[in-house]
Amino acid sequence: MTIQYSDLAMTLAQGAMVTLQITAGAALLAIAAACIAGLARNSDRCWLRWPAAVYVELFRGTSALVQLFWIYFVLPHFGIDIGAIAAAIVALGLNAGAYGAEIVRGAIRTVPPGQRDAAVALNLSTRRTLFRIVWPQAVPAMLPPAGNLAIELLKNSALASLIAVTELTFAAQLARSATLQTAPIFAVTLLIYFVLALCITAGVRLLERRFGAV
Amino acid sequence: MIFDWAYAWDILPRFAPALWVTLQATLAGMMIALTLGLVLALLRRSPVAWISWPAAGLIEFVRSTPLLMQIYFMFYVLPEIGILLPAFTAGAMGLGLHYAAYCAEVYRAGLESVPRGQWDAASALNLGAWHTLRRIIVPQAVARVVPALGNYLVAMFKDAPLLSAITVVEMLQLAKMIGAESFRYVEALTLVGVFFLLLSLCAAALMHALERRLQVAHA
Repeated sequence: MTIQYSDLAMTLAQGAMVTLQITAGAALLAIAAACIAGLARNSDRCWLRWPAAVYVELFRGTSALVQLFWIYFVLPHFGIDIGAIAAAIVALGLNAGAYGAEIVRGAIRTVPPGQRDAAVALNLSTRRTLFRIVWPQAVPAMLPPAGNLAIELLKNSALASLIAVTELTFAAQLARSATLQTAPIFAVTLLIYFVLALCITAGVRLLERRFGAV
Repeated sequence: MIFDWAYAWDILPRFAPALWVTLQATLAGMMIALTLGLVLALLRRSPVAWISWPAAGLIEFVRSTPLLMQIYFMFYVLPEIGILLPAFTAGAMGLGLHYAAYCAEVYRAGLESVPRGQWDAASALNLGAWHTLRRIIVPQAVARVVPALGNYLVAMFKDAPLLSAITVVEMLQLAKMIGAESFRYVEALTLVGVFFLLLSLCAAALMHALERRLQVAHA
């Protein structure tokens, strides 16, 4: 019996590791996509603003699971076959990035227009104004919603189990079919997700303290 | 392989019943979320610690664990304790429970935004706690949070494809079945994406209109 339980723990632990990898990979992609699309949506140039708007509306308007299936099942027909884990990271990252772009856009709008005027008065270039004046003041407003989004991302990583990635939810299903001990296995799995979410919350709190909450 | 318009047109009618299942799941889930969410919000505001703490804990727990695991829990664990549910019911309950936790937080913000004087006035008029809540506080709180609740309705609609994981034949599951029988995933999955995009955009437009009307009503 004891061996069996340690096997179960091993399965779930390995699944949790894959869940963390997917979440971290997707989070990095999401941050990059959110910053680019969020800044582009605030741009004066329509050739930057429109593609960003299409990206955001497309990924916010459809379901994350549909996006995942599309990238995993449809793209290979067009010659783009990236495998299940990469498909999960790309789909979940681009999905979270679209929501993140709205966070970035909103946070930049919270910076008082007087700051830009002052930068113009000081003869700072557009780029310096953005990166030295506006961006540092916008970041504190981004952190709390970004923390929520990171937890959404952790939760969405469970969707990867549906394209047969052996992450935590898939591991729970494996353990369930091996032992038929559904209730305790699922309860432990939910608890692991909860603890991971608490860790993300704690991490974002630290960042908020570091960068000064608003 | 390119997108075959004639084939897409052929399979289009098959999506009607699946779309109906998606909408039904969303509506049933929303009914559960709206009522259970209000109950959770009121429990969380209770002055009695052994009521408010478990409610707060449950809300936190449900909000930070994956919807898919919660749907599995409904579908695989409840039968073990003797509650046998059809897949659709288990799925709708999973959606409802998950979004009830989100709605509870929305309601809480709404309840807190009702001015203190409304409670005082109700007790000055000698209304009981139940009447105060039902007739005075809750109607004002709900009116303020309709836009936020509407956003969760759209979010729930977009989460309905998760029901495909427990064999409910909604749009995504149908697309997978069509893909499996014909080895053509491109048209079916793209159609599902288009359906979601169109319906989400319509819902967003409706929400905007509703929000504007409510603002006019409050002004």
